Amino acid sequence: MAPRKGSLVLVDAERVKRWGALAVVEVRVMTYLKYLPALLSVAIANPFLYLLAVGVGVGKLINTHSGGVDGVKYLTFLAPALLATAAIQNAMDETVFPTLEGFKWHKNFFAMNATPISGKQIVNGVLVAAMSRVLFSVTVYGIIVYLFGGFTSARGWLSILTSLAAGASFGAFIMGIAAWAKNDDSFFMILGRFVMMPLFLFSGTFYQLSTMPIYLRWIGWLSPLWHTTELGRFLTYGHHITALMFVVHIGYIAAMFTFGITFSHRQFERRLTK
Amino acid sequence: MIVDNAVAIAQSRRGHFAEGSYSGRAHVLLERSLMAFRNSAWLAVLSGFFEPVLYLFSFGYGLGHLIGKIPLQNGHIVSYAAYIAPGLLATSAMNGAIYDSTWNVFWKIKFDRIYQSMLQTSLGSVDVALGEISWALLRGFAYAVGFMCVVVPAGLITNWWAVMAIPSAVLIAFGFASVGMAITSCFSTFQQMDLINIAMLPMFLFSGSFYPLTVYPGYLQGFLKALPLWQAISLVRDFTLGMVSWGILWHVLYFVVMISIGVTFTAKRLTKLFLR
Amino acid sequence: MANQEILIEAKALVKRYGDFTAVNGIDFQVRKGESFGFLGPNGAGKSTTMRIIAATLTRTSGDISILGKDPEKFGPEIKAHLGVVPQTDNLDNALTVEENLYIYGRYFGLSKKFIKPKIEELLDFAQLVEKRDVKVEALSGGMKRRLTIARALVSEPEILMLDEPTTGLDPQARHILWDRLFRLKEQGVTLLITTHYMDEAEQLCDRLMVMDKGSIMAEDSPAGLIKSYSTKEVLEVRFGSDRNAVVAPQLKEMCERIEVLPDRILLYAEDGESLLHELGQKGLHPLTSLVRRSSLEDVFLRLTGRTLID
Repeated sequence: MAPRKGSLVLVDAERVKRWGALAVVEVRVMTYLKYLPALLSVAIANPFLYLLAVGVGVGKLINTHSGGVDGVKYLTFLAPALLATAAIQNAMDETVFPTLEGFKWHKNFFAMNATPISGKQIVNGVLVAAMSRVLFSVTVYGIIVYLFGGFTSARGWLSILTSLAAGASFGAFIMGIAAWAKNDDSFFMILGRFVMMPLFLFSGTFYQLSTMPIYLRWIGWLSPLWHTTELGRFLTYGHHITALMFVVHIGYIAAMFTFGITFSHRQFERRLTK
Repeated sequence: MIVDNAVAIAQSRRGHFAEGSYSGRAHVLLERSLMAFRNSAWLAVLSGFFEPVLYLFSFGYGLGHLIGKIPLQNGHIVSYAAYIAPGLLATSAMNGAIYDSTWNVFWKIKFDRIYQSMLQTSLGSVDVALGEISWALLRGFAYAVGFMCVVVPAGLITNWWAVMAIPSAVLIAFGFASVGMAITSCFSTFQQMDLINIAMLPMFLFSGSFYPLTVYPGYLQGFLKALPLWQAISLVRDFTLGMVSWGILWHVLYFVVMISIGVTFTAKRLTKLFLR
Repeated sequence: MANQEILIEAKALVKRYGDFTAVNGIDFQVRKGESFGFLGPNGAGKSTTMRIIAATLTRTSGDISILGKDPEKFGPEIKAHLGVVPQTDNLDNALTVEENLYIYGRYFGLSKKFIKPKIEELLDFAQLVEKRDVKVEALSGGMKRRLTIARALVSEPEILMLDEPTTGLDPQARHILWDRLFRLKEQGVTLLITTHYMDEAEQLCDRLMVMDKGSIMAEDSPAGLIKSYSTKEVLEVRFGSDRNAVVAPQLKEMCERIEVLPDRILLYAEDGESLLHELGQKGLHPLTSLVRRSSLEDVFLRLTGRTLID
């Protein structure tokens, strides 16, 4: 047996202070790699099925009756919204699930926190790892959209980046909520059924927000999905938005990110020391 | 007279139907489900009611503008909302039943060990299977009634046959719950359970909830018509849109077969799982 | 106290899972009112035997009768005679403490009128009166265990079966539980207990069956077992992890029996103190030493060459 060096020699606390988040990323990414085949098949199947069923199937009815939406074929109109939805959904799964697991089910955040890794670093680490998964999923999504003929110009590929940004801001925010939630049992369900589902259905995803009655449009205004979708549509087929709204969309996502990450940092620090 | 001696109660079942596996007390499982519902499950059940309603408003009215009217086989023309409403009802009956009979049951078998605790009493596996499935039926019934309370005032129902959509939803829930439970009783890992979700999504998307199957080529139509969700949607749609003929009985038969296979298999599997 | 009426009788009982034999031809009898224990390490076949008795597992061969009935023919009736406390709590997490007791009674077909007063009695017995409206998830391990026992009593069973009743509980919670079980024994309930804790077996059981690898190694009262298979006292000595094996041959000649464990050496003798004195005279000075009375742990070590908890 080698002689003991002791933690003072072995552990460089300064280094951990600077790079601790990367250790968290490593742990998370390793879990992804374990489920890679499953992740890949979901990443392919989801866009394929939705584009085929709604984009092509429902699209056929719409294109026949109205000749498309917003001046383009229905699939072209729908694709940016689905792309943004996938980013947000993935970001939610990969931040909420590890957060509940880390605090309640396996309590591994407490174990991490027993090393010099701080709560903020756990937040950053989980978020960065989640973004790697989101980037993976939306890239696959983008390729499938392209194969369905959904990108009419090369600029469309940029919508992958706006979707990634939406995922990051929503993930940063919802992670703090998951850390704050007391009753974890129904948390997923409430989030899924009472938040995600209405957002998905009423954010101008399937038709323009302006066709909805005015008293329902606020859902879209609040929803990062609508802001991202507008940007995505602008990028993919030149959907008209004013310069002001362009700034509003980007500003909203940036603001949500800033608020979200601050909020999550605080919630994590609080729960780890409780 | 009320006998309050556990042994005497068990003895009185001697010589009755399936005496080792059925005690005639499936209803106490309903009692349990009601208590659990009161405590916490009500939120999940309630959300299952909102889901089709939200879809109806989003798709029916939002997409309705873009899609216009849908022509039926009998020559009538209906609004897009009226067209998808029965599909959404059938789907919610399916989803409620599947959720209850798969993930909920899986959780109870694997983590809470609730069935073990039931089967260490004088209850039998048939009681458990029937009791759990009955709960799914009650839920299917509640969803159907609730949904009707939305679609009737919305003017999407114009004929009296539509009342039959309620028992249809119960039948659909019965079918899916019994098969769902049978499948779950064979699964032991989360990965296997995920297969159920994976199978549900394409079925939901392609079984004609949102548009007629005629958009697909013929061979694909044949395959989709063999799927239980298409059968369920057709059953409800035929009633709500007043397209009633003897042909409906084929859909009913489909579910009767599904139910008998599911229940038999589930009771067998539960016995095997807990009373080896 | 125990009388001669036999409640459970097993003859040449065997349970196999494929090639693996969990229970290998065991015979035993349990009398009315006694507290009967299965002692053995994990995997000895205790829980398997319990599940066969509880009619939740079918045997491969042999005979078993509970109150004169075969569990494979009269499953529901036998289950109505028994109160079962399984190794892992299987309380209903969706329900409160009170609801758990209530619904369990309903599973037996008992009426609300019968169960309601019974709940009061059992809540009191399990010391859970203040927790009646709490969801079971929020209970501590000891409380959950007491509730599981109370639940098993709702049908006023003849026999209470407890599979590892105190595994995972802290010492205080164990003592509370033992106290509750004593009270049941005083009321004449027959107890069937499996455990791998020797102190528990000594505390609770009138009669013990020591099991290992599916077979019975010995059967007697705790005191009887110690008397038959061990000396009165044991001297435990430590010489440090490297030296234990070196001095062992020297020690062997000085006592009736010796066991060399990884961390310490056990010397069996009628008088431990004088043996320790003798050691000193021979120039053997252990780092630590302890004289104690023989326990069931020593019996098990003698019978199987292994410790109970490994």
